[in-house]
Amino acid sequence: MSANLTLILTASFLCGTGVYLILERSLTRVLVGLLMLGNGVHLLFMVASGPAGDPPIIGSTPTEDMSDPLPQAMVLTAIVIALGTTAFLLAMAHRSWQLNGHDDVQDDDEDAAIRLLAQADEASDSHDLFQGQTADDPGDEDTFEEEGSTP
Amino acid sequence: MSDVSMSTLVPLPVVLTLLGAGATLMLSRRPQAQRFVTITILAAVAVIAAVLMVQADSNGPQVLWLGGWASPLGIALVADRLSALMLLVSAVVTLMVLLYSLGQRMTGEEAGAPLSIYHPTFLVLVAGVSNAFLAGDLFNLFVAFEMLLFASYVLLTLGGTEARIRAGTIYVVVNMLSSSLFLISLAAVYSATGSLNFAQLAVRLGEIPDGTALMLQLLLLTTFAIKAAIFPLSFWLPDSYPTAPAPVTAVFAGLLTKVGVYAILRIQTLLFPDSPLSGLLMWAALATMVVGILGAIAQSDIKRMLSFTLVSHIGYMVFGIGLATGAGFSGAIFYVAHHITIQTALFLVVGLIERRAGSTGLIRIGGLARLSPLLAILFFVPAMNLAGIPPMSGFIGKVGLLQAGLEVGTPLSYTLVAAGAVTSLLTLYAVAKTWGLAFWRTPEQAHEMMRALPGLEDDLDENQHRHGFVIHRQHVHVAGTAFGTRELDEARRVVDVDAPDRDLHQRLRDGSLPSRLPLGMVVPTAALIGFSLALTLVAGPLYGYTDRAAHALLERTPYISSVLGSDS
Repeated sequence: MSANLTLILTASFLCGTGVYLILERSLTRVLVGLLMLGNGVHLLFMVASGPAGDPPIIGSTPTEDMSDPLPQAMVLTAIVIALGTTAFLLAMAHRSWQLNGHDDVQDDDEDAAIRLLAQADEASDSHDLFQGQTADDPGDEDTFEEEGSTP
Repeated sequence: MSDVSMSTLVPLPVVLTLLGAGATLMLSRRPQAQRFVTITILAAVAVIAAVLMVQADSNGPQVLWLGGWASPLGIALVADRLSALMLLVSAVVTLMVLLYSLGQRMTGEEAGAPLSIYHPTFLVLVAGVSNAFLAGDLFNLFVAFEMLLFASYVLLTLGGTEARIRAGTIYVVVNMLSSSLFLISLAAVYSATGSLNFAQLAVRLGEIPDGTALMLQLLLLTTFAIKAAIFPLSFWLPDSYPTAPAPVTAVFAGLLTKVGVYAILRIQTLLFPDSPLSGLLMWAALATMVVGILGAIAQSDIKRMLSFTLVSHIGYMVFGIGLATGAGFSGAIFYVAHHITIQTALFLVVGLIERRAGSTGLIRIGGLARLSPLLAILFFVPAMNLAGIPPMSGFIGKVGLLQAGLEVGTPLSYTLVAAGAVTSLLTLYAVAKTWGLAFWRTPEQAHEMMRALPGLEDDLDENQHRHGFVIHRQHVHVAGTAFGTRELDEARRVVDVDAPDRDLHQRLRDGSLPSRLPLGMVVPTAALIGFSLALTLVAGPLYGYTDRAAHALLERTPYISSVLGSDS
């Protein structure tokens, strides 16, 4: 099977640009990146479908000259799905802008907390609590002794 | 004749739910009618799944070619033993979750949530999950994934609060990326073989060069590993699941990752038998189990702790698949059925805890065992089941997998058996810690310990300066949000105003917490826990069923010949 070099080069350029943009923090740029990546993948499907040919309508052209209709149908489906997802992601970027005044992807609270604790060389809060003491404060060990006692 | 009528049942779980989604969307102004339609359809799907399961077990895989196209041309839906079991478990679980969410909503919490779209979206989610289990070709599987993902995007960001948008962003972007990867794999598979039908691929993949097949397998496995949250592709899950409403988290945790596991099981058995990548899967299983459970232990919030145990226990199923023996597959299938019910039940219970105690942070809550013995039982039973305490189904599933590992007897499988046992113990530790903090200690102890947090003002400032936290905060402050890590903010509040009204001890006194759990939430939770215990009771026959399913998967011919016709 001979592949179309132009299609492959365009697809790889689109995918590369897309991946670069996805690494950005702003959701709008991520969205543009996802779109470019998606388009690159759709082009890749055209490569997979083999050489271009005549419309696949029985009776109009000999079967050998027809192009393969199946990958085209799949790409159409994928494009429709990409359209829906894009609309949703745009709505989310808009909502994020409404709420925060920007659309940057934010750090996770709990992750940030754990990272801070790790930097401060602490174990997790819950660990400290279960031990009834803090890592910095080995003194009061009797906090959890009264577990069974009722107030 | 009866065969024909039975195979017409195959598309119904997808068709009915999609029709229902349309109907409930039209009925959006009549909540009563919406509720009736959704419950009826989900119950019908459960019944259909049960019938299909019996049929698939006695008469072999049920196949339907959509639109009546001849055998290799159309789109096939296939219900074999594995699909039918997955379908049944998912139908029961989704029905319970829906009833639970009705119970939650009728009491008026989350009044701002757009109720009218909840039912249609939920039904689309169920349609996507059912379609994924029934899909007979890779492209249909892709469409099914997109259906369930799209519904999950909407459910995850329901209400559009800040935390949910943040979690949704990661979730949507990761899943769009994995969908692109899926499309790339589809293009590669199609250009290498000229088909996407599972049964045809099973024949044709044997005829292409080994290197090409290996590349296709790696592409597909990576795609599904993202969906199934296998380490190191599991990072997105604990970030995105815990912020959603409790029933949504429950159904995601129960079903969505398992669809990925199902897809891996399907391609490993049907498309790539004797695969050279089984070893890789076992290593991935090892890392998933250990890293996941270590993450769970470090968490101070029950929802996040459970999200990490979810990741960890995916490792058990991948372990079974990686063993590539009948016993391994059988154990994996049993474990999937067990884990769907148990993980969903636990998240539903967490929703109840949130309702009763106002929080799921282990720092805040305490004394729940005395406050609400019912809640304590509802948490205790599935938690012990998750950890694998005999005689419950978690124990049976784990023993099955460990035995399968010992039978294989390679050094790697012994390592995994050891890791599986350790993970089980660590799971017990994680849930016991949760039990000790949330249920066993008194509210007074909780209050005291919260005041003794390691975040006193002086320490806090020192830490901030030492570790550049100030810059972090300023950055966000410029952007105009009230960002701060929750733990430190809580600590700050305790120090600043001593905020006694914010914790359980005080709220119990002044009675600002709801004093009773809504029956509409308790009954579905209890029913689901009952279902998980029933899995224990029928474990013998069920294990027999999964054994037969696993052997059919290993043989491959029942599936291929029933799809393509017996001549091939």
